[in-house]
Amino acid sequence: MPRTAPVTRWDTDFDVLDPEYISNPFEIWDELRQGCPIAHTDRRGSNWLPTRYADVTAIAHDIEHFSSLEVGVIPFDGEPTEEQDRVLPYGLPPISADPPLHTWTRRLLLPWFSHRRVEGYEELTRELCRSAIAGFDAGGRADAAEEYAQQIPVRVIAQVLGVPIELADTFTGWVRDVLEFADDEERRFRGMEGLIKYFLVELEERKKNPGTDLLSELLHTEVDGALVEESLVLGVAALVLIAGIDTTWSAIGSSLWHLATHPEDRKRLAEEPEIWPLAIEELLRAYSPVTMGRLVTSDVEFAGCPMKEGDHVLLNFPAANRDPETFEDAEEVILDRAHNRHVAFGSGIHRCAGSNLARMELRVALEEWMKAIPEFRIAEGEEVTWAGGQVRGPRRLPVVFP
Amino acid sequence: MNIRVDPDKCQGHARCYGLLPELFDIDDYGLSTVIGDGTVPPELEERARLAIANCPEYAIDETS
Repeated sequence: MPRTAPVTRWDTDFDVLDPEYISNPFEIWDELRQGCPIAHTDRRGSNWLPTRYADVTAIAHDIEHFSSLEVGVIPFDGEPTEEQDRVLPYGLPPISADPPLHTWTRRLLLPWFSHRRVEGYEELTRELCRSAIAGFDAGGRADAAEEYAQQIPVRVIAQVLGVPIELADTFTGWVRDVLEFADDEERRFRGMEGLIKYFLVELEERKKNPGTDLLSELLHTEVDGALVEESLVLGVAALVLIAGIDTTWSAIGSSLWHLATHPEDRKRLAEEPEIWPLAIEELLRAYSPVTMGRLVTSDVEFAGCPMKEGDHVLLNFPAANRDPETFEDAEEVILDRAHNRHVAFGSGIHRCAGSNLARMELRVALEEWMKAIPEFRIAEGEEVTWAGGQVRGPRRLPVVFP
Repeated sequence: MNIRVDPDKCQGHARCYGLLPELFDIDDYGLSTVIGDGTVPPELEERARLAIANCPEYAIDETS
């Protein structure tokens, strides 16, 4: 059942939660780019949807007119409650912050996802992949989304945060409530409440018994001679969990969907393993999972569109990455694409802080899958389902293999 | 061939490092720099051009 009225005009009344948009947005973007490259809707407030690479990246760079105070693709309806104001007065920095708060909170976070640190998580990632594959039922069938892609990033992030890997399903549930079911106010609230309450207890514990994890270190970090406020640490912790799970699992799932449906690309990767690094970037380009929101800070005309203070803009990085003005044969997946300036991880000062980790997880998850299951296809008669909106990726991906 | 990374444009996508770790170094905050004085050894020129063409922030310039 569609949760909203069906869309009949994509240029003036789009809906990123429309089932057609979620399952196959590519042709919609192509049409919009040609006819109305910045679409508009009045569903859930006034929202703009750019689809050209040049527009998406220009808006991402214009932090004066386009603020990150509202990054949700489904804008939060109504005023924050007193409780939210008290517990998370700064939201989830740095993603939901503008400079100067963005600048120094991002600097606290970045070293945790540097190349050097990320290398330290590669072996764990590989073990998680292998153990997920070993757990598949005998008989050559598996749900590559639910039993594989979904199982990996959440556990790596748990390790980074220093929280129990055994709670993976609980974390996944909260994050899905916040992102995937964001149009259901009650579910969104419940998910956010669950993870906030959980982290409040974890922070108390770490004040008494600090460890070497991200939460402990942030709690004991001084900036300009004062300890970082606890509400900021809480916001960063919630952000790392929310941003680090669904996004990467969706990229892994979409890539496996592509490989399941493109035998020639599976063959190519087996015969030319040296193209793997380029292939990872190409899969990120073609199936970019993440769209981010921005809040218009003052009336501005952008590319002929009269944007008003308080309007939302959806930074459609997935559509930008399919723009034929920027990418030759943009609609084709060319695994060894040499020129690939994709913005799957965003553009400008909010470039995904966890991109090194995400890229490593995607590479290892695909390598391990292809090593164990080089031949596979979508199970006949079974349905692949997709989630979308903020993050697009398969939720059910039933595959069979010899 | 000489290249440089514009530190005001670089946002840490790390694409240059991924393509050519022999020539680029990345600090803990994601900022990329060219190793040495910016001179690209002839055998790395082709891959250096790829690094330029793949930077999402247009942060790498050929200076000479």
